[in-house]
Amino acid sequence: MGFPHPPHPKETVVLSRYFGDPGARSYAGWVQRGGYEGLKKALGMTPEAIIEELKASGLRGRGGAGFPTGLKWSFMPKGDGKPHYLCCNADESEPGTFKDREIMRWTPHALIEGCAVACYAIGAETCYIYIRGEFTEPLAIMRAAVAEAYANGALGENAFGSGRRIDMVIFRGAGAYICGEETALMNSIEGKRGNPRIKPPFPAASGVFGMPTTINNVETLAAVPAILLRGAAWYKALCLGNPKSTGTKLFSVCGHVMRPGNYEITMGFPMKELIYDLAGGMRPGRTLKAVIPGGSSVPLMNREEAETALCDYEGIVEKGSMLGSAGFIVMDDSADIVYEVYRLAKFYAHESCAQCTQCREGTAWTTKILERILKGEGKPDDLDLLVELSDNMTGKTICVLSDSCAAPIVSGIRKFRSEFDRYFEKGVRELAP
Amino acid sequence: MSTDLVNVTIDGVQLAVPKGTTIIEAAKQAGVLVPHYCYHPSLPSPAVCRMCLVEVEKAPKLLPACVTTVAEGQVVRVMSEPAMKAREGVLEFLLINHPLDCPICDQAGECELQDYVFQEGRAGTRYSDYAKRFSPVEDFGPDVLYVPNRCILCTRCVRFMDDVAKTPVLNVSERGDRAYIGIDQDERLEHPWSGNVVDLCPVGSLISKDFLHKARAWDLDKTASVCPGCTQGCNIMIDTRDDVVVRLRPRANLDVNRHFICDTGRADYRWMNRGDRVEVPLLREGGKTVPADWDAALGRLADAVAGATGRIVVLASGRASLESLGWVRRLFDGHHVTAAIKVPLGGTAPLPGIPDLALRAERVPNLDGARLAGYVAPWDEAVSAMEGAALVLLLDVALEDAEVARLAGAGSVIALASVDDERLKGSALLLPVSTMAEENGTYMNRDGRVQRFTQAKAPPGMARPAWWIAAEAWSRREGGRVVPETAALAFAGLGGSIPALAGVTYADLGVTGRVLSGAAAAWTDRPAGTGAR
Repeated sequence: MGFPHPPHPKETVVLSRYFGDPGARSYAGWVQRGGYEGLKKALGMTPEAIIEELKASGLRGRGGAGFPTGLKWSFMPKGDGKPHYLCCNADESEPGTFKDREIMRWTPHALIEGCAVACYAIGAETCYIYIRGEFTEPLAIMRAAVAEAYANGALGENAFGSGRRIDMVIFRGAGAYICGEETALMNSIEGKRGNPRIKPPFPAASGVFGMPTTINNVETLAAVPAILLRGAAWYKALCLGNPKSTGTKLFSVCGHVMRPGNYEITMGFPMKELIYDLAGGMRPGRTLKAVIPGGSSVPLMNREEAETALCDYEGIVEKGSMLGSAGFIVMDDSADIVYEVYRLAKFYAHESCAQCTQCREGTAWTTKILERILKGEGKPDDLDLLVELSDNMTGKTICVLSDSCAAPIVSGIRKFRSEFDRYFEKGVRELAP
Repeated sequence: MSTDLVNVTIDGVQLAVPKGTTIIEAAKQAGVLVPHYCYHPSLPSPAVCRMCLVEVEKAPKLLPACVTTVAEGQVVRVMSEPAMKAREGVLEFLLINHPLDCPICDQAGECELQDYVFQEGRAGTRYSDYAKRFSPVEDFGPDVLYVPNRCILCTRCVRFMDDVAKTPVLNVSERGDRAYIGIDQDERLEHPWSGNVVDLCPVGSLISKDFLHKARAWDLDKTASVCPGCTQGCNIMIDTRDDVVVRLRPRANLDVNRHFICDTGRADYRWMNRGDRVEVPLLREGGKTVPADWDAALGRLADAVAGATGRIVVLASGRASLESLGWVRRLFDGHHVTAAIKVPLGGTAPLPGIPDLALRAERVPNLDGARLAGYVAPWDEAVSAMEGAALVLLLDVALEDAEVARLAGAGSVIALASVDDERLKGSALLLPVSTMAEENGTYMNRDGRVQRFTQAKAPPGMARPAWWIAAEAWSRREGGRVVPETAALAFAGLGGSIPALAGVTYADLGVTGRVLSGAAAAWTDRPAGTGAR
């Protein structure tokens, strides 16, 4: 639901049902709306049964990678005697993505409930909710909600009388893009510089403080209570044909559309309808040029690809990109692809943690080349160089920030070559008419 | 030691290595050096330089050899096209902001960036149109300068201070290509082992002030030696230029000092270059000191020993080799001998991250070797014993004025000395000896490990190793018995008197030494007329 817009009839509102409803923020209001029933039900189930239910639901990670959630939870060791941790990734720093923010703003207890279920299922007593440093309003709301949940016995040493201890710690990030990467986030929680770690070891073996850890995105965790209450079969049925991508998902749509905002649709929903119907389509007289669907870290899609793609994990891969965080950056024909690609590269150059050579130097160098092209001083050879540097930056580093910088560059050159050529020919930036 | 072996093939070489071995270490055993920067065998591996990427069959992408452990049946390609292309890419990225000031860089000639670029880097630049990053040189500590322009952010220095020195004062500051090695506010690199960051730095970014612009790496002669600074016995390289020692550096010995030496040991080399040396044997004749050739001097020494009736006192330097201590002691076989070494004391400084590695209080390298060779008298007792002694022999030991004054009570004084000392001019014999930097020999460290050091520079004038002088005099006393001509033979000859050394040769000691069993057994005199070859 693209609050403040009313829900579009084609939306399937589950997560976003109470977006825009301030009454849902309080503990009492949330309970009134059927909240915390999922957690109560979970506490009466065995952890194994919860995990099986999630596996059956087909829920996949909503942070970008799309890893099956039940499977991830099942990786946690059993009976190892070590403290287990849950990390909730609320860093949402991906450009063009603003879905987790809305979940925390409007339905903080949905997230707390999901986190508590996860803690119970993976044998964790402590959950860290890592909130992006710039999210001041969601932070305040989450803090208040956690305090309320403690006060009402949903959290604490005996959650809902289950005998299980579930603690929740709100951890505020300091404003680094890379701290949304799961292992960098863990380093940040430990008080270290937010550098991604080498995997293996994976978090389930050695995560935060070296202990078995599960890390999930806000949207993933918030989706859990409803699945337990309404059943895996219900959730799995919320898909349009592709059983690998199930349930509903929030799509953040921004850029050159008439109604930017969050839209909750079932997986497999046609992208064309999302852009033209739900988000209101292009501005008058404008036509669609490109979409970056997964935040900014995935290849660009051209108009033909975007208008034929289905919005799920596989559907977008089929059209040469990735779903990622489902933050759609929509560009109409007034957009200058060279400039957009440059702007993204500059972002990655600024946010590179500087560990890996290819990323530290490559993001900065590609930015300089693009900057020079924009100044009208580029050479056609620059494009070959950009593609080669991008290749050297892809699949060779600890995390995928370097790959994320390369993806829009390479796809931009491949799919919008003529826009680059215009700079070589005319030598100046062509402003939108 | 794990007995589980894993079979791997690295660049066509099949070998079996213990389970848990990293690819980079397995490759070393296969004779393949995987290019690397951030990896160091004595530091934790962050896998950040991405230089050691290798192709592993069935892996979807290239893997960092420094953190990937071997698996059964694994086929690794280090010199394959994808791996080499990836490394070429890393080298290009490392060079875009590198100043290429090799002509004025101390690291040139021993720089891993130079080496790998030469080996597999691109010939030309594709970055020529942009300015390189520039940051001024920073003063990190008493002996360390940081040149950020040359830095490749491998973070070896940061990890050394964090994980080995356990004094985390260095960090990576800033992000992206603005990143540099920072030092915490109001901190300096003053840890007593911090000089190691200079050796660890694979490029010329962390450099030693002491060595700054002193020599080009290719002009240096590098000699394997043992630090004479304390009983730890760290393995070192003595680097000389034109017969002048210009720096000491650690030499790897995983059982003694891994890859490190302390700053005290590192800085203590200037005495090796002293010019005020005894260069000629000097005899005391008719109240005058006259120069002599070795034949005359050795004859005089043999006579003095033969004529000595009564107590003999030997005061030796703790830097004297096992060979010298042993042969001097043998010269006096059959006499009543009080022998001691002087052991200066100082503070200790452990390196927390490495077990059993510290700058030790006893600032001599051969304390245990001296005990083995019978130099067991307490120093003060030995000094007192000079009163009324028939003969006192000084083995290159530095004496206090009060100790020199006590020499007057002895029958005759024979001084084997490296440094010219006015106070010893009255000795019956003053014989020039070489220092440990000028001879081959062995020390025994505090763990009973006998380690070789080798000759790094020429001794001045007629100076000879003390063991040679003692053996020659002994030969004269023994009626012309064959004397050892080399340090190796001198060492082999000690076995007769020191049971722990029996049958041990230089070849057995290798380059990292050997711990001897039964090293507590002391010197046994051999009756005259018997003995080693």
